[in-house]
Amino acid sequence: MSSPRGPLFSPTRIWALSVNTLTELSRMKIFYFLLIFALVVIGNSFFMARLSFEEEFQMLKDVSLGAMSIFTALLAILATAMLLPKDLEDRTTFTILAKPVPRYEYLAGKLLGILLLLAISIAVMTGLFLLVLWLREQSVLADIRSQQLPPDDLANAIASVKAVTFNANLAPGIAIIFVKAALLASLTLMISTFASSSIFTMMIAIAVYFIGHLQATAREYWLEGLTPQWWTKPALAFIALLFPDLQAFSLTDDIVAGNPIPFALFTQTAALGLLYIGVYYLLACFFFSNREL
Amino acid sequence: MKRVVIGLAALLAFGAARLPLEIHLDRLQRTAGFRATSLDLPLREQIGQMGFVAALSGFRSLVAAVLWIEAHNAWQELEWGRMAGLLSTVTTLQPKSILYWDMSGWHMAYNASQAALDDKKRQPSAILRQRAQQQYFDLGKKFYLDGLRTNPDSGALWEKLAILERDKFQDHAAAAHAFAEAASKPDARPYERRFAAYELAQIPGREREAYEKLKALYDEGPTQRYPTLVHDIKVLEEKLGIPTDQRIMDAEPGSAH
Repeated sequence: MSSPRGPLFSPTRIWALSVNTLTELSRMKIFYFLLIFALVVIGNSFFMARLSFEEEFQMLKDVSLGAMSIFTALLAILATAMLLPKDLEDRTTFTILAKPVPRYEYLAGKLLGILLLLAISIAVMTGLFLLVLWLREQSVLADIRSQQLPPDDLANAIASVKAVTFNANLAPGIAIIFVKAALLASLTLMISTFASSSIFTMMIAIAVYFIGHLQATAREYWLEGLTPQWWTKPALAFIALLFPDLQAFSLTDDIVAGNPIPFALFTQTAALGLLYIGVYYLLACFFFSNREL
Repeated sequence: MKRVVIGLAALLAFGAARLPLEIHLDRLQRTAGFRATSLDLPLREQIGQMGFVAALSGFRSLVAAVLWIEAHNAWQELEWGRMAGLLSTVTTLQPKSILYWDMSGWHMAYNASQAALDDKKRQPSAILRQRAQQQYFDLGKKFYLDGLRTNPDSGALWEKLAILERDKFQDHAAAAHAFAEAASKPDARPYERRFAAYELAQIPGREREAYEKLKALYDEGPTQRYPTLVHDIKVLEEKLGIPTDQRIMDAEPGSAH
């Protein structure tokens, strides 16, 4: 169905807006944080060389995935919080919305741009992490091969090294990091549609981030009636209903420790993440639809 | 203002709608071994306010890695008490990591215990040094047992416990049980069944059981006929008075690898 302004929802326009958002963010030199990540991963791997190879690989995975979680969460919140205020300040919003671009498409383009940025960042960080892990594995294997071991012992030693290096569960773990970051971006976008400044948006989003990690505890206390005072029950219910359960997306800590993630659990966790993203986007559209610009 | 109120109501309605989904997912995740860490007040005292906030914010593995490095430094400086505390915190933060439980148990039961026994400068009394050594054995064992409570299917941890029971506690019954458990796990090593039988052979009153297990291994073929296995069977044949025609043939040296 078309209107005089064109189709109701134009993927081409959204794509154009998202690419533009990505370019804009790239010009803000946002990718420089990848250098810090590289320093953390490479520096960490040199420092860890004094540990046993099992410890070294475990540390490398812990530190790399932990840093990946921190950087993507920060990137999702900080970059998204700056988008709308910057467009308003540059008056880009007026130029775009004066053209036949509905506000919901504008927001979809912005969100997709951020998701692209997060996907590229995670891909680069994953590539770097896997490269360093592979290099360290090769270094340990070369060391083992240089020792004159009997063939059986050599095969066992190589198998032991390979067993603790790469793990198929790392892939869903990294995917969950992306889903969590995308959720945070969507949430921050929603906040920024009614916020008065980017600082306010950041503060609220960071507060939601911390409370979101405690939401599951609040929910448990509320539903199990573990409340000492009468007024805590409605307070806990409010927290449980209003905030997202971010602990549901903190699976990487256990995955990196060797806990396998079943496929059904992975898909259901990702589906919950997509549900959050969708609802926060719809609410963002609702708040932004009548906002005075 | 009206929009904010409507938006807030919509968020609460969404919260109510997703509640069953979240409860279901929470249950699924716990069943699959996730969300097993208890972030409570004692842990906050151990890792400090910042560490606790970081652990609460989904960076448990990162905090654990930093504390592990600190524990490694404590090891190099021979500060065993500090190291024990740090290892305890690391394993609390990452209870699914077999490596952390394994290494923590090993550091306490082997490194710290030996250092305690050798440290004549700090403790001149031999009895007290032996007592300290025993305490570190117990601490190492505690790490293995706590690790097994969270990871009961870890063959590697059962094996480490078995070796500790055998070498440091000389408790052959406990060692036999732990080796047998290790042998029944998905990551079992081929020698663990044999080791369980060797330990059984050392327990007075369980000779018949040990003989049957060793004989069953022997009957599996030449790959199981190690010199120790053959020797133990021969000793038990004598002890149990096994008829000559049922006894094993003398094993040829080198028939097993």
